[in-house]
Amino acid sequence: MKKILNFTLNGDPYEVAVKPKTTLIELIRDEIGLTGPKVGCNAGACGACTVLVDGKAVDSCSVLALQVEGHHVETVEGLADGEKLHPLQEAFLDDGGYQCGFCTPGMLMAAKSLLNENPDPSIHEIRHGLSGNLCRCTGYVRIIDSIHDAAQRMKKEGGES
Amino acid sequence: MSEFSVIGKPIRRIDGVEKVTGAAQYTTDIKLPGMLVGKMLRSPHPHAKILNIDTHAAEKLPGVKAVITGPRDTLGVKYSNWRRYPHLMDETALAMDRVRYIGEPVAAVAAIDNDVAEEALSLIEVEYEILPAVFDPLEAMKDGAPKIHEGPTVRNNVSEARHFEFGNVDEAFKTCDYVREDTFYLHSVVHAFIEPYNSVARYEGDGHLTLWTTTQTPYYIQTLLAMALGLKEGNIRIIKPHVGGGFGGKMELFSDQVVASILSMKTGKPVKVELTREECFEGGRRRHPMYYTLKTGYMKDGRIIAKEAKLYTDGGAYNAMGPTSLYLSGFFQMFPYNIPNYRYDGFHVYTNKIPATAMRGFGGPQAEFTCDSQIDMIAEHLGMDPAEIRLKNRMEPGHVIPGLAKVESCGIKECIERAMESTGWKEKKGKLPKGRGIGMGCYGFMSGGVFNWINSPYAYSGAMVRVNVDGTVNVYIGSAEIGQGSDTVAAQIVAEKLGVPMSDINVIRGDTHTCPPDLGAWGSRQTLMVGNALIMACDQVLEKLYKTAAALMGPNVVYDYAAKDGRIFIKERPERGLDFVEVVKAAIRADEGNQIIGRGYYTPHDKGMVSPAYSFGAQVAEVEVDEETGKVTLLQVTTAHDCGQVINELGVEGQLEGAFVMGQGYTLSENLVTDQGKILNPSFVDYKLMRAPDVPENFTSLMVETYEPEGPFGAKEAGEGLTNPNAGCIANAIYDAIGVRITDMPITPEKILKALDEKKKKRQKDKRNE
Repeated sequence: MKKILNFTLNGDPYEVAVKPKTTLIELIRDEIGLTGPKVGCNAGACGACTVLVDGKAVDSCSVLALQVEGHHVETVEGLADGEKLHPLQEAFLDDGGYQCGFCTPGMLMAAKSLLNENPDPSIHEIRHGLSGNLCRCTGYVRIIDSIHDAAQRMKKEGGES
Repeated sequence: MSEFSVIGKPIRRIDGVEKVTGAAQYTTDIKLPGMLVGKMLRSPHPHAKILNIDTHAAEKLPGVKAVITGPRDTLGVKYSNWRRYPHLMDETALAMDRVRYIGEPVAAVAAIDNDVAEEALSLIEVEYEILPAVFDPLEAMKDGAPKIHEGPTVRNNVSEARHFEFGNVDEAFKTCDYVREDTFYLHSVVHAFIEPYNSVARYEGDGHLTLWTTTQTPYYIQTLLAMALGLKEGNIRIIKPHVGGGFGGKMELFSDQVVASILSMKTGKPVKVELTREECFEGGRRRHPMYYTLKTGYMKDGRIIAKEAKLYTDGGAYNAMGPTSLYLSGFFQMFPYNIPNYRYDGFHVYTNKIPATAMRGFGGPQAEFTCDSQIDMIAEHLGMDPAEIRLKNRMEPGHVIPGLAKVESCGIKECIERAMESTGWKEKKGKLPKGRGIGMGCYGFMSGGVFNWINSPYAYSGAMVRVNVDGTVNVYIGSAEIGQGSDTVAAQIVAEKLGVPMSDINVIRGDTHTCPPDLGAWGSRQTLMVGNALIMACDQVLEKLYKTAAALMGPNVVYDYAAKDGRIFIKERPERGLDFVEVVKAAIRADEGNQIIGRGYYTPHDKGMVSPAYSFGAQVAEVEVDEETGKVTLLQVTTAHDCGQVINELGVEGQLEGAFVMGQGYTLSENLVTDQGKILNPSFVDYKLMRAPDVPENFTSLMVETYEPEGPFGAKEAGEGLTNPNAGCIANAIYDAIGVRITDMPITPEKILKALDEKKKKRQKDKRNE
């Protein structure tokens, strides 16, 4: 039996009917059709499905859709403002923070969560902040650099405005 | 010194924006109207005869649209990349009458959703007769061991033996001051790309089929799928969307691709088959475990005179790319050294485990671990600096390996020297405080293979370049971007050649209906081979444009033109030129409106048996070993890599870092553990990949640029070779830190503690005996 769920996704309100066993990633990818978040393991171990719930990183494969009733969900699709990319996205592009790109949507959201909590993280804090997200291509070095760079860019932007 | 516009410049990748916005489409993102879910039933036994498969109950389940088995619904064709050597083709999409590993696909269903598909699988009844199984190659070679494959070329489960030899090894050993023999064991690891295997097939009717799939070799899939389905290869369209990593694990035809196709043909609907992570382990591929023996003869001054290498690989139930891993392991065992007398014997042995195949390094990681470990043992025996002994025995440019290879460019000397200098090697080696150590590993690697297992009549790489009337350029390539950045490298090469901005290049790739055939992404071949094909195609375009420019400008020297910065101009008089777009328009008009198209191809010629060019590098790691816990921490890692001309520095650095960390996992934590053929850790919880906090905080990449005459703009390999020296390099650093040598991979804390304990006991015993 489906249940009615109300929540916001990337700022837009949604009212959808979902089965109780539907996970958040299934709702986002299969029902709503946003394919940014990926399924790498479906067991909460790789982080490719990372989205933000009320600003905090969550493995969306390990959360039931009905659990986000009344909450704000953000995916990688909500990161840019139209064509204007988020500083994290700009930094990933400039610093080579991705290769195959499959972990990238989750990695970016894990990074956003980290910066939400700690806008000026040390390299050490970034390394530990990414421990839930696997990347098999980059060796993480450039992802860590990108996030550090993004934090500096955001600080600068914040300072200017 | 030529001034490049885009080669070697800091340039963003062309697939970047779509990847950071989540817009990039992978096979898993494809959803077609009416699409069904396909799922496979897998063998629970490592070795069994299939007596009967009863699919009636599954077929009756509402929502099930098709159920297929090997004997009833497939042609039963044995396929693999070994079309040229049919005796090595040993695998079918679904088991025909026997299963040979736990996880082997036995039957498949198409249903309206995942739940129904799973329920249907549970209703298929398979009657097995369990056969004795064997899991270790040395056991499998014994007389009386269970026979895994029949066939005239398989003896004692050895499917392929490799031998090469040059010089006079036996005589040379007699002349050596010392000869030592060491044995090593290398374990199994998996590719662990984050994107699982998946495929979407759509049968178009009348023998035409489209398959979207996770592959690094679209052309191989096209030809082999045609074989498996009995269709014409040209009527099969393989589309490779973005691919979430491959590392050698996506370069063969897999069951999901065949099964999705057959289910679509049976149902008339599109069918998607997605493997779970557990299935990627149990029904996937892995790197070869190897038993390795090295006998090496050397002189008091450190010169290595002769070497004999022997290895037995645990190939698993099918050949996959094992025979090549076997060949290349024996080949890379020599790199990057000048070994005047060498003999190699390798044996590829079937076992009842998942097949092992190509994995980043292609036999090289196993070879270099043994080679680098033993060189350090030799250096210690002689009281020499391990870096000095490597320099002493190094290859030089122009080095010839009799009957196998000629090395043109070779920067290994500079690599070793720069790595030493950058790390303060001389001040640190043997002098760091207890618990800290420094180690070195060296390597050479191929830039594409001179191998045509698939028996393609086409060139190894093809390219087509079309200039549009507004000066934008469409580039058609059949190579496979799987994350390594090869599409960007292709765009850079064309932008440089034609003098147009990167933003005006459109790369059309990953579709066998629109792109030229190409052997795909393996053996670090794409930059060199596609690059050369692109240069040929661009030269054809330029010839047409230069002729038009000459007609328009009427200079006294007709064809000496150049293209740069959106202009075509006279080489010696750069101020005299025309706008690129103006020339393009005129050239199209002058040729009755024909489009300006250049076509290029590349196949290596006179390049020996292995590769057209070789990259080189030296790796230095500084480690800290906690003697209480056995934990190894990497403090500083420095790599100096010779990839010829750097085309994309960010790309090269990213490849080097990724390769190192993959090697770090191989050395310290990753291990595919099996018991009686059953994988005990088929998940990312239990299979320990490196995570961000584990990787070295300090990683330095040094580019040693040489010029490779065979490479585009002088470029060669950059993505794979550095996987090879890491295990030996880390093992050597651990030895420097705590004086224990682990020759049995992986180097876990347990093994370190055990070795420390044994060392302590031996010391106490020696003391008592004094």
